[in-house]
Amino acid sequence: MSLDSKIPSGPMALKWSKHKQDSKLINPKNKRKYTVIVVGSGLAGSSAAATLSELGYQVKCFCFQDSPRRAHSIAAQGGINAAKNYQNDGDSVHRLFYDTVKGGDFRARESNVHRLAEESVNIIDQCAAQGVPFAREYGGGLANRSFGGAQVSRTFYARGQTGQQLLLGAYSALNKEVARGGVEMHTRSEMLEVVVVDGHAKGIVTRDLTTGKIEAHAGDTVLLCTGGYGNVFYLSTNAMGCNVTATWRAHRKGAYFANPCYTQIHPTCIPVSGDYQSKLTLMSESLRNDGRIWVPKNNKDIGKAASQIPEADRDYFLERKYPSFGNLAPRDISSRAAKEACDAGLGVGPGGRGVYLDFAEAIGQFGQKTIAERYGNLFEMYEKITGESGYKQPMRIYPAVHYTMGGLWVDYNLMSSLPGLHVLGEANFSDHGANRLGASALMQGLADGYFVIPTTVAPYLVTQTPGSVTTEHPEFQKALEDARGRTNRLLNVKGKRSVDSFHRELGLLVWDKCGMARDKAGLSEALRRIPELREEFWSNVNVTGSGSTANPELEKAGRVADFMEFAELLCYDAMDRKESCGGHFRTEHQYPDGEAKRDDENYCYAAAWEYTGDLSKPKLNKEQLTFEEVHLSVRSYK
Amino acid sequence: MSLLNLQLKVWRQNQGQPGHFQDIKASQIPDHASFLEMMDIVNERLIKDGGDPVAFDHDCREGICGMCSMTINGIAHGPEKATTTCQLHMRKFRDGDTIWVEPFRARAFPVVKDLMVDRGAFDRIQQAGGFVTVRTGAAPDANSILIGKEVADAAMDAAACIGCGACVASCKNASAMLFVSAKAGQLNSLPQGQPEKDRRTLGMVRQMDKEGFGNCTNQYECEAACPKEISVRWITKLNRDYALASAKEAFVGVQERAEGGD
Repeated sequence: MSLDSKIPSGPMALKWSKHKQDSKLINPKNKRKYTVIVVGSGLAGSSAAATLSELGYQVKCFCFQDSPRRAHSIAAQGGINAAKNYQNDGDSVHRLFYDTVKGGDFRARESNVHRLAEESVNIIDQCAAQGVPFAREYGGGLANRSFGGAQVSRTFYARGQTGQQLLLGAYSALNKEVARGGVEMHTRSEMLEVVVVDGHAKGIVTRDLTTGKIEAHAGDTVLLCTGGYGNVFYLSTNAMGCNVTATWRAHRKGAYFANPCYTQIHPTCIPVSGDYQSKLTLMSESLRNDGRIWVPKNNKDIGKAASQIPEADRDYFLERKYPSFGNLAPRDISSRAAKEACDAGLGVGPGGRGVYLDFAEAIGQFGQKTIAERYGNLFEMYEKITGESGYKQPMRIYPAVHYTMGGLWVDYNLMSSLPGLHVLGEANFSDHGANRLGASALMQGLADGYFVIPTTVAPYLVTQTPGSVTTEHPEFQKALEDARGRTNRLLNVKGKRSVDSFHRELGLLVWDKCGMARDKAGLSEALRRIPELREEFWSNVNVTGSGSTANPELEKAGRVADFMEFAELLCYDAMDRKESCGGHFRTEHQYPDGEAKRDDENYCYAAAWEYTGDLSKPKLNKEQLTFEEVHLSVRSYK
Repeated sequence: MSLLNLQLKVWRQNQGQPGHFQDIKASQIPDHASFLEMMDIVNERLIKDGGDPVAFDHDCREGICGMCSMTINGIAHGPEKATTTCQLHMRKFRDGDTIWVEPFRARAFPVVKDLMVDRGAFDRIQQAGGFVTVRTGAAPDANSILIGKEVADAAMDAAACIGCGACVASCKNASAMLFVSAKAGQLNSLPQGQPEKDRRTLGMVRQMDKEGFGNCTNQYECEAACPKEISVRWITKLNRDYALASAKEAFVGVQERAEGGD
């Protein structure tokens, strides 16, 4: 199959408006004949489900949590970007577009990014109208802050809980449509299969996580809004339930998986404290606006209390290496710099995997009250977890896996290579390239759901006869049997090792060999060990309980089984990409000063992997990326 | 880091059947572990010994999704103020402690399994009016709605509710007033929420009653248990909004939301 990205013709700034004008419309009377299946209820899923229902489509929305409001978008802290230029500091749609393409290290599709920047302003209007309590100035207007490497203040926020507030806004829109009868909501329902009929995605198979019932649902198109795959590393800032199952199952049915090796490491997380650790906690990188990052200059100071180390013996390494961006240098650059400091034996705290984030100067300048107003909830969170006060001593931070830029390949209409299957938000690959800038994830999830898919789903639907496929079709029966068979297989292994023990082992392996830094030898070893571990999983996992009740062990087992397959593709992609860009750092490809060395001549493409039936032989399809507006250049933050 | 030896008394129950407490030993628990990580360790050992692991709800483990829901030593989310179960750490317990672990109990929150309960009632209350009716694309420029900082900050205080249900679990009447008042109060205090204020208030309160939550008798256990420290002042506001809406309904009528399409 060829990769047609369906980018509209014409000048960059006019592509989206032209596309909207050219896109086919569906008569209101006919819209209600179409059923749209939405999997996932985070920012992308809730906003898409609500908006499509407003337009008149029949929507069925599914989430594995007990309420759509619990999707992991809720945990995003820092903010959402929009090119409103309310600060009069020179921001514009073009500048947000430019920053995002450059921040993505020239591995995103320009036209998608431009559309994202255009829609950013509408998102803020929409959310404010829903009653999202954004931070405001005394005059009543919206407040902004500079965030994650941006030189303009374009980030809108709601204390340190922006994701929560935006999700609750989308959830309220969803509730409005559930009440109106436009959306049928299925909570505690996990998608196990995509059903493909005559080459088109026409439904899904789900497991009711309360009763264990495995059911089929038919629709005219399927939207996957199921988030990222960060939990392949076991320890990440993702919620425990975040998984790759929906996108991986779709991949096995024909949807290409693009750029899985682009994984983002977030610089400001709380370090690991022990081997019982179940997840890592992120603190908003807005902390870097006022906190200064340092490690001791000398090994002899390791183990001393921070207050015992004089100013002259501290290395503020980000300020030293990147004078113009300092502590606000982009995520990948800041994370790697912290790793280098710890690799050099200068890390602080247990295990030496941590650097200081120090607020002493900011507290001196603005007072503790002001700092508490800005970041109070983050300081509290830090104290709860570590038992230490960030007001009295510097916090300790270390990078952790946070977001995944890779995802299912989609064209300009957000349709995957499997016709009828659309992919929104973090689950797709399109907008962030090799690295996502801060406050851009919320923007993308909501742009896709509120403003993009409502336009771009119609051109597909008009080609389909509504309701033409029902769950009586043999393909549905087959998918049901597959899902039941797989569930029974997991339950019948009856081995000796717990599901978690496999997940931990896989995660450590992938973090070690395909984490913040990658090389050929490490990837080769991972590619050798992952299939072995997978084999052991299927012969020695112990999944307790039965399939006919609530059974969290069984849920985890299904997800880990898919991570075991996906991890291999992640490493194949990292192996193929013999360059360093954004979140993908190959140690063989760096400048003498340790900066990432991109290879535009050979790797300026999105790698869209095709499932061939053999996990060790994925087929690579390339979408060449062209840059009309933003000229390819070395991303320098010095 | 020190290690704790604990005696757990954990509620075990299958859907629709009577439940009971099970004695489980939790030995050698690192005090830096979170409460849920302690439960992970316990489950891992139960699995190894051929037992049935304890089912509990959890997801983000950073105190924001509202999924975790355990009553620990009789207190929803345990002894630590303003803390969800997932953010409670074992350093708050002492070696040799006996810890009682129960689900969030309320008639309106039926047990699904062990410590998992069904909180679907909260979604249905929200569907009965917890929103502003604005179509996507129909919003005016965000700065055309000016809202004073104090008003916006107060709305944010209410909006911080994570919908966990600790307020219900801690109330002797299993009242949901703190939850409902926070959700209604956020929108009722903002200009965007004014056009639907009466309809929202009546709809949400009536759905709350229909779900089987009890009445508020001003004990304020809810505020004490709330991991986000939502103030009971929101209940006062809801009572005021409700009285006003009821009076308006009696004298001039309040149009209820049309069901099944408008």
